[in-house]
Amino acid sequence: MTMIKRAADIVPETAAAAEAAPGIERIDVTAVASKQRRESYEARQKVYPKLAHGTFRKVKWGVMVITLGVYYLLPWIRWDRGPSLPDQAFLLDFANQRLFFGPIEIWAQELYYITGLLILSALGLFLVTAVAGRMWCGYTCPQTVWTDLMIVVERFWQGDRNARIRLDASPWTFEKIWKKTATHISWLAVAVATGGAFVFYFRDAPTLAGEFLNGDAPAIAYVFLGIFTATTYLLGGIAREQVCIYMCPWPRIQSAMFDKDSLLISYRGYRGEPRGPHKKGQTWEGRGDCIDCKACVAVCPMGIDIRDGVQLECIQCALCIDACNGIMDRVERPRGLIAYDTFQNLDAASHHDRAPLRLIRPRTILYSTVMAIVAAIMLWAWFNRTVLEINVLHDRQPLYVQLSHGGLRNGYTVKILNKLHQKRTFQLSTTGLEGAKLAIIGLEAKNPKIDVVTDNLRALKVLVTVPKKELDDLKGSSTPFQFVITDLADGSRTYHDATFMAPNNEPNHD
Amino acid sequence: MSQKEVDQVTGVETTGHVWDGDLKELNKPLPRWWLYTFYACIVWAIGYWAVYPAWPTLTGYTKGYFGYSQRGEVAKEVAAAKADQAKYFDQIAATPLDDIEKNQELMPFVMAGGAAVFGDNCSPCHGKGAQGGPGYPNLNDDDWLWGGTPEAIQQTITHGIRSGDPEAREMQMPRFGLDGILKPNQIKDAAQYVLSLSGHATDEAAAKRGATIFADNCTPCHGEDGKGNQELGAPNLTDNIWLYGGKEADIVKTIQTGRGGVMPYWTGRLDPVTIKMLAAYVHALSGGK
Repeated sequence: MTMIKRAADIVPETAAAAEAAPGIERIDVTAVASKQRRESYEARQKVYPKLAHGTFRKVKWGVMVITLGVYYLLPWIRWDRGPSLPDQAFLLDFANQRLFFGPIEIWAQELYYITGLLILSALGLFLVTAVAGRMWCGYTCPQTVWTDLMIVVERFWQGDRNARIRLDASPWTFEKIWKKTATHISWLAVAVATGGAFVFYFRDAPTLAGEFLNGDAPAIAYVFLGIFTATTYLLGGIAREQVCIYMCPWPRIQSAMFDKDSLLISYRGYRGEPRGPHKKGQTWEGRGDCIDCKACVAVCPMGIDIRDGVQLECIQCALCIDACNGIMDRVERPRGLIAYDTFQNLDAASHHDRAPLRLIRPRTILYSTVMAIVAAIMLWAWFNRTVLEINVLHDRQPLYVQLSHGGLRNGYTVKILNKLHQKRTFQLSTTGLEGAKLAIIGLEAKNPKIDVVTDNLRALKVLVTVPKKELDDLKGSSTPFQFVITDLADGSRTYHDATFMAPNNEPNHD
Repeated sequence: MSQKEVDQVTGVETTGHVWDGDLKELNKPLPRWWLYTFYACIVWAIGYWAVYPAWPTLTGYTKGYFGYSQRGEVAKEVAAAKADQAKYFDQIAATPLDDIEKNQELMPFVMAGGAAVFGDNCSPCHGKGAQGGPGYPNLNDDDWLWGGTPEAIQQTITHGIRSGDPEAREMQMPRFGLDGILKPNQIKDAAQYVLSLSGHATDEAAAKRGATIFADNCTPCHGEDGKGNQELGAPNLTDNIWLYGGKEADIVKTIQTGRGGVMPYWTGRLDPVTIKMLAAYVHALSGGK
C-alpha cells in the first residue's frame, strides 16, 4: 500500500514559504471567505483582488465596456414619435404612465408585457445557470461589473494588491491620505454618474441634464440620484463581495439550478493533487500540477479558494482560470488545471475516463420549452394588441329613467382610447336592442362623428333610449346588448358588451 | 462588579450576571455597522429638529428653519389646484352656455366639476345621480317643470323656486280643497279626469264629470289639453312622470292641499361661473330639452 504523500511533505516548509516554483512567488494570501472561516463569525477581512491577465479577464473587460456603455448611453438615443410624444428611445415615462422601448410603447394597463419579459429573463437565467453555472453573476451582474469598475479606480490610485495591502497597513501619512481621498472621490464620481444615468431613463435625458446643471430638476430626480449614488458607492466600492455572500438570494437558489452536467469553474483536483511547491529539476511524477502558489486565491474578488470546490461564495468570474493558466505556462505544464468542467467529467477523469458534455438534457429542454411558450404567448399578445380600447360605465344612479312618453332611458359613460399616433374618427351605435335610439351629449343628433385625437382618451356621455312600443322586447330588468364602435377610416368594428336596465315589472305609473 | 470575569472558552469578558446558577452572557461590543447607524440617526435627528417643527414650547412649538407645516402644504396644494382650475373657469365664463357641451376640451372638466358641485349642494334633495324622489324632480328625464334648456336651468339654479329671491320662480298650485274652492267629490272627479289624460282613469263617469271642473279651474295653468306650461311651472299631466305620485290618492291630495316645493337660490352661495358649469352639467345628464 502506497500512501500518496502531499507535496508539502516532500519539499521542506522553509522553501515553500518563499517560492512555489522557481521564479514563482508563493503568495501570502488567505481565502478570507472560505467555508472554514465562515463558521468563526469573524469581522470582515478585506479582500485585495490582484489584477489577472488572460482570456477571461479580456472577455470581462469587453463585457464591462458593453454593459456600462449600454447603461450610460441608452437614454441618450433619440426616436422620433411625432410631435406630441417624447423622442427618447428608452423612456419609462411614469408621469404619463407610459413605457417606451424604441418602436414598442406600453401603456399602464399593458404592464403584463413587462411581467412576461421578467418571466422570460428569469427562465433565461435558469437556462444559462443549468448550462454554465453563474454566468450572470460572474460577467454581467451590475454588482460584479460595478465592483470591477471600482477596483479599476482603486488600482489606479493605490496600485495593485501588494501596494494596497501595504498602504492599508501603513500609518496615516500624507501619501495614504491623498490616495485614499482620491479613491473615494473617484468612487463617488462613478456613483453619481451611475445614479445620474438611472434617472435619465425616467425623464427626457437632455432636458434633465440641463435641469441638473441649473439646479432646477424635480425633487424626485435628486432623491433617486442620491439613492443610486449611495448604493453604488456603498455596494460597489465598500461592501463588494459581502453583497453577493450575504445580501443576494441567488447564490442560495443556484444550487437547485445546476446539476452534474453543468459547466462550472472547477479545480481539477485529480490533476492538481497532491499539491505543493515545485523545485527546479524536480520530477512531476507522483505529485500534482498545483504548486500551491495561491495565484488563484489572490485574484479572487470573493476571497475564496477555488480548490475547495464549488461553493456558495463563488460567482464564477473565471479570473482564477486566467491566473492559473499563466502559472501553468510558466512551469510548463498544460493549461486548464482550473477550467470550466462538469461534475460528471471531473468524476470520470479521476478514473482516467471522460464524460461527454451533455448540453441537451431534460432540465435544459424544459427551460427552453417554457421559454419558447412564454415568448410565443408574448408575441401573440403583442401582435393582437389593440390600438383602440373601449370602456363602458353604466350610470349608477339612476339605473334607468322613465321618460314622459313611456320610454326608458339608460345613461352610460363610453370611454374611447385611441392608442394610434393619429387622429381617428368613430361612429357609435348599438346592436341587440330593438328600436334603441342613441344620443351623445354635445354631438349632433344624427350619426354623430366622434373625433378622438392621437394618443388620447375621450369620455362621452351616451344616452340610450328604448321607446315605449319596444319595451316588451326587453328581457326583464337587465337586457344585454352591445355598443358598436366603427372606425370610419377603415370600417373596422369593435364591440363592447353593455346592459340596458329596466324596472323589475311592467313600469307602474306612479 | 468588582472584578472582570473572563469566559474561559472564548476568552471574552462576561457581563458578570449569572442566570439559573450557570448561564453567563458575553460582553460583546455592539456590531459596528449598528453603532454607526445609531450615531448617524442621532445626527439625523438633530438636523431634523433644526429643519422641521419639533419641540413644544410654552407658547407654541419650534417652527424649524423653513417654517414647514403640513397645514401650509395643504393650503399650497389647494392654491395650486385652484390656479390649475382657473383656466377652465375662465373658459367656461367666456363660452356661451349652449356651446359648452360641444367643447371637447371643456366637457371633461364640466362633467367632473359639475358632479362635485352637484354632490356638495344638490344631492341632498335631488339625489347623488340627480334621480330625484317624491317632491324632488328627477333631472335625468325629459320632463321639465320650468324648462330644460341650459339657460332655464341656469335661471332656476341662480334664483331658485319660491325661494324668496326677487327673481325666483313663484307660481304654485292652489289649495283647491283647503281653501274651499272645490268640494271633496269635485276633487275626486277632477282627479279621475287627470288620470284619464294619461289613460289611467278607473271611473269613466267621474272622469267625464271632472272634465268640466278641470276646464273651469285648472286650464289657466295646465292648459286645455293638460300638457302644462313651463312658464308657470305647471306640469304636463298627460305623461307618465309624476312629481308627487300618479295614483288617485296622490292626485286628490295634490288638488286638496296644493303643492309648492321650494328650491333655494344659489346666488351668493355659488359664484356665477360655478352655476354656469352646474347648469351645463345638469343639462348634460339628460340632454335637456
